[in-house]
Amino acid sequence: MSISSTSILAESNILAKLGRIGKARELGIFLAFVLVVAVTTIQNPNFLFSSDGFRDLLVTPSILMIVAVGQAIVIITRNVDLSVGSVVGLSAYLTGRVFIDYPQLPWPTVFVIGLVFGALLGLINGALVAFAKVPSLVITLGTLYAFRGINVLWTGSDRINASDMPSSFLALGTSSWWKIPVITIIALIVLAIAGFYMYTQRGGRELYAIGSDPDAANLYGLKVKKRILAAFIMSGALAGLAGVLYAARYGTVNSQVGSGLELEAVGAAVIGGVAIFGGSGSVFGAAIGAFLLLTINRALPVLGVQDFWQRAVVGALIIGAIVLDKLAANRQERKLVELRDTEAEQKEAQNV
Amino acid sequence: MSTTSEPGSAQGPALRLDGVAKSFGPVVALKFASLDMLPGSIHALIGENGAGKSTLVKIIAGLYQRDSGVFEYQGDVVDFSNTAQSKDAGIAVIYQEPTLFPDLSVTENIFMGRQPTGSLGRIDRKAMRATVKDLFTQLGVNIDPDRPTRGLSIADQQIIEIAKAISLDARVLIMDEPTAALSGVEVDRLFKVARGLRDEGRALLFISHRFDEVFALCDTVTVMRDGEYVATSAIAETTVEEMVHQMVGREVATLFPKEPAEIGDEVLKVENLTEPGVFHDVSFSVRSGEIVALAGLVGAGRSEIAQAIFGVDDYESGTVTINGKSVRKHDPAKAMDLGIALVPEDRRKQGVVLDTSVSRNITLAIRKTLTKAGLLWPTAENRAASHWAGRLEVKTNALDTTVGTLSGGNQQKVVLAKWLATNPSLLIVDEPTRGIDIGTKSEVHRDLSRLAGQGLAIIMISSELPEVLGMADRVLVVHEGRITAEIDRADATPESVMFAATHSKAVA
Repeated sequence: MSISSTSILAESNILAKLGRIGKARELGIFLAFVLVVAVTTIQNPNFLFSSDGFRDLLVTPSILMIVAVGQAIVIITRNVDLSVGSVVGLSAYLTGRVFIDYPQLPWPTVFVIGLVFGALLGLINGALVAFAKVPSLVITLGTLYAFRGINVLWTGSDRINASDMPSSFLALGTSSWWKIPVITIIALIVLAIAGFYMYTQRGGRELYAIGSDPDAANLYGLKVKKRILAAFIMSGALAGLAGVLYAARYGTVNSQVGSGLELEAVGAAVIGGVAIFGGSGSVFGAAIGAFLLLTINRALPVLGVQDFWQRAVVGALIIGAIVLDKLAANRQERKLVELRDTEAEQKEAQNV
Repeated sequence: MSTTSEPGSAQGPALRLDGVAKSFGPVVALKFASLDMLPGSIHALIGENGAGKSTLVKIIAGLYQRDSGVFEYQGDVVDFSNTAQSKDAGIAVIYQEPTLFPDLSVTENIFMGRQPTGSLGRIDRKAMRATVKDLFTQLGVNIDPDRPTRGLSIADQQIIEIAKAISLDARVLIMDEPTAALSGVEVDRLFKVARGLRDEGRALLFISHRFDEVFALCDTVTVMRDGEYVATSAIAETTVEEMVHQMVGREVATLFPKEPAEIGDEVLKVENLTEPGVFHDVSFSVRSGEIVALAGLVGAGRSEIAQAIFGVDDYESGTVTINGKSVRKHDPAKAMDLGIALVPEDRRKQGVVLDTSVSRNITLAIRKTLTKAGLLWPTAENRAASHWAGRLEVKTNALDTTVGTLSGGNQQKVVLAKWLATNPSLLIVDEPTRGIDIGTKSEVHRDLSRLAGQGLAIIMISSELPEVLGMADRVLVVHEGRITAEIDRADATPESVMFAATHSKAVA
């Protein structure tokens, strides 16, 4: 690197580069995604070029992407929401029940019901975290089991089948618009709105501030509790929406829908560059992380990797992402300090 | 943004405290604090550690609420219940260690919580950036507004806090020991900025332990002692000697006379101990039977020196020798084996295990010697513990009482007992009587005195002058990481110690 040899005059240049490291993270993950797709396609052209292949590529990660965006919002505040998988399960079953019990309801209403229901479950998480001051890891681990328990109690050995739901609703899960699956379009709209909020709105910026230094946020007089509550409500609502989409896509809902999804969502966020200790990363990174995670899952069997190794690869990916983050952060910090020292020397020199 | 100041308002005080008191349970932090801050003036607030300066700042900032007394701001009585309210009213506080968001940009840090917004509630980043550029030009500093604040020097972080205060158009600025971590050049820059703000008609409060800075910068000075207002004088009409006298001017009660003990051989020898930025070239020795006090202000580096000797903290160069054997650096287990014991400053966090019993706490450092066949029997524990609990007169119903339920003084005795059980030849006690009631305090002093009488070498770090003067055979004064004075018991007066603690011999 030539940075150490550049003079103080190039300061803005260095900082521009540092700024790019942040954005480079999203770009890097995206390139990794492209690489995986390319390699797999060379092995088996159907992976991308058959119409099913292209569709699967987009539709498979879409539900996880919505959940991961919500998860990223929570992680940015230095919290975590482990209950999202159970929320998806409850919301998916609720969707089926609504169709069975109130067949006369127009089907788009289920989206509102799913969102509001998920938001309520998020409110429970958020209120416990913000007001009872118990770490979110513990609270949401508790609600993960509690929500799933309610789901099992409610569902029993029952199961919702495709025949219970209107075909116009199920069509959402299979239809495309200009070759892009409708579910993916919904996920992209969610991503756009979340990205807009996190980047341009005061509320979004305050979520970053709270995650960056909670004590400072209090001294600044930010409404920390209200913001954390809002983050959990957003995460819950998005998980609720994901549950509705799950019902539409798969048509079958039992009591185990969404099991383990919370870890995939955390994994996607971390792979996408959302710092686990809050304050940095973006919802876009988390979304690309979801694409990478699930695409690798599908690509490995095509590449002939044994089932046993597939999980290990995903694990390595997550650890690699964190190590990479740590290295990048250390490097950035060192450079910022270096910059400060040369600046100081410069000033001393001027003063002599 | 333009900063408009109304010259007409320059008549009455910008902020006035009169007879403000604040207690935390039985502990009285402020008895009677008074302060008049005038617009267009820089006011210094000085006092010993524990004089109540920080409590006063926190009351002004709205972090604490006063119990009684008058608090007026711009002529109106105010009751701030949180920091947001005082900030909205126009009071900005700059703490010694600024609290910023390390991941966010300089610009975002300045505007967090009150960003200008445009259509759809979108934050107007352009406008923010332009304002910050203007602010930095006005302050004459060159900080990139787009860089994250992580890695910025404390001086630059303070400038960011000041920029924040100006952008809020704060009428009152409080700086709590802002120069403690700054270099000479950075202090000059800060002073230039402070004078500029004064000339704009703002009222500034400057808290510092450095008299030269107070004289260089301020117009008026208020002295506090033991939570009480002592005096306010114009800087031009006072002297360092007078201020020192006002700071310490209580009669030193001979509450804790050390009993004479036979001073024996040299136990500890420290030579040229240096850790850059923390302490420099520290050399001293302690003999058996001797109590040596490390006096100085909070943050002078006393605890750091003690922790380096004990091996908790690393140091760059220098040697530590105990009873003729050299102590390896950064190895507390070895230091313990060689006979060093450290009773730390923060009793509840570093001294005792609050949730476990008295006997388990006392035997914590000698567990290995008590085991039989690798097992630790309660009888062995209790036997060892009762011996020490008895000798130090720990007041507890039973040895299996959890330590958390004991009073502070008795907890301190438990910590002392724990270390004495290791049979040390050097005992380091850091603030041994902080937060302890007066009765138990003198018991702790009696214990220390007796231990010295039995030939133990003791280093006592204390911020309480009476304790230092009453207990120490010799006083070493630490100022900004260096030992700046060595004063014998006979020559030690409050004035001589305080003077050395606030004056560096060689001002860089």
